[in-house]
Amino acid sequence: MTALAALIRRDIRIAVRVGGGALIGVLFFLTVTVLMPFAIGPDLALLTRLGPAILWFGALLASLLTLDRLFTADHEDGSLDLIVMGRAPLELACAAKALAHWLAAGLPLIVATPVLGLLLNLDATATAAVALTLLVGTPALTFTGMIGAALAVTLHRGGLLLAVLVLPLSIPVLIFGVAASQAAITGPLSFGTPFSILCALSLVSLVVGPFAAAASLRHGLD
Amino acid sequence: MSLGPHASFIVTSYALVAAIVLILIGWIAIDYRRQKERLRELEASGVTRRSGRQATDI
Amino acid sequence: MTLIDLANPTKFLSLTARVLPWLTGATAIFLLVGFYQAAMAPDDYQQGATAKIMFVHVPNAWLAMFVWGVMSVAALGTLVWRHPLADVAAKAATPIGAAFTFLALVTGSLWGRPMWGTYWEWDARMTSVLILFLMYLGLMALWRAVDDPSRAARAAAVLTLVGALNLPIIKFSVDWWNTLHQPAAVLRMGGTSLDKAFLIPLLVMAVGFSLLFVTLHLAAMRNEILRRRVRSLQMMQASQQAA
Repeated sequence: MTALAALIRRDIRIAVRVGGGALIGVLFFLTVTVLMPFAIGPDLALLTRLGPAILWFGALLASLLTLDRLFTADHEDGSLDLIVMGRAPLELACAAKALAHWLAAGLPLIVATPVLGLLLNLDATATAAVALTLLVGTPALTFTGMIGAALAVTLHRGGLLLAVLVLPLSIPVLIFGVAASQAAITGPLSFGTPFSILCALSLVSLVVGPFAAAASLRHGLD
Repeated sequence: MSLGPHASFIVTSYALVAAIVLILIGWIAIDYRRQKERLRELEASGVTRRSGRQATDI
Repeated sequence: MTLIDLANPTKFLSLTARVLPWLTGATAIFLLVGFYQAAMAPDDYQQGATAKIMFVHVPNAWLAMFVWGVMSVAALGTLVWRHPLADVAAKAATPIGAAFTFLALVTGSLWGRPMWGTYWEWDARMTSVLILFLMYLGLMALWRAVDDPSRAARAAAVLTLVGALNLPIIKFSVDWWNTLHQPAAVLRMGGTSLDKAFLIPLLVMAVGFSLLFVTLHLAAMRNEILRRRVRSLQMMQASQQAA
């Protein structure tokens, strides 16, 4: 347990120090959201309607882009080999790394959501709904994305290949995340149904992600 | 047999299926020939398999 | 001959050489008979002759999913049993599966144009198949991105299995998303029961296309084994020249 706690602490510390990439994710999220009105026009009513979708899309891309480095940096300095050979089960180590990554790169996105909601003319309920669905949904994005990150490090490829492999897997999360936010804002559907399914998706990815990532690391590293 | 007002759609879809399947067959056949060719070249240049069998053996 | 015997590529190749002509013949017979029966099938009372597209659309759609299943079994073979043929089977199946998925999409689209008045409808089934197609393409990109075949095989195996777990979830999500956005059901074949006049040609075509897949898959696996033989010989040549 202490090994995993130490791993989480170490990863967070690396992510937030100079040279760590955690806060760039938020900056990217902000930039994408700011760019959106230039593409669709400064029509506030339209922006309100599209707001949850824009925020979800920005968060999806931001969490995907920061995932690229999840295992690569550790692979470069050799610590990934130590983690794979360590006594802690690799599945749990992967889960710990993903958790640390989510705390460092996922949580700031949710904190930034209210500010971006203002830019998109979302009212308090809508912003709260989007923030809540992001809080529940981004772990699923991180944990499924981790599979792609593990594949990327074993293949020595990253970037676009990772995105192409991971994005189709995140479609369910996107569907239910946006649907739950829309349900809270406009109805007529109840917020509970899509939100519970979103929670279920997150829990499934919490189980599947570490196992798949650990399998790919175990079979792929040499 | 008449194909009705949408004959072009029916013919196009059957033709497309045939075309793609033929492309697949052609690709696999050409690939087979190319690999055989390469094995023969390697054999001729004096490289032998560890088992000592002919490279082009099946 | 057991599965263990097949682990020897040479034995597999000799078996393939014996079986392939028979498979090719059976495929040709089934497809020709199926095509004849499809041409002779009566018109659907609602869709007219357009329903004939079904006879090529449905087998391709079924194969699109079946091939992913074959690749998942091969992926288990790669990761669990390290069966030497499993890598080859998975790699050979991917482009064939992608081709069938593409055909399912295009024939579906050509069927949709006269029926719905548009080539593309964000219909639940078509959307799921489109996502399946994207995943096939991603898998092909992965195979192409790495030049070491066994490394690529293990990565592809993980991705195939994750995809197999995810595909039902994606299907469910897309269905749900679709009912949310399009309450009006799109026109489709009336009821669940197909008339015999349609069912028999459809089954013959399905068997024919499945045989086609098996034939192409075996031939592609043979190519892949030869390609690996070329690769290892080239490496030996390079090391001999270096020495």
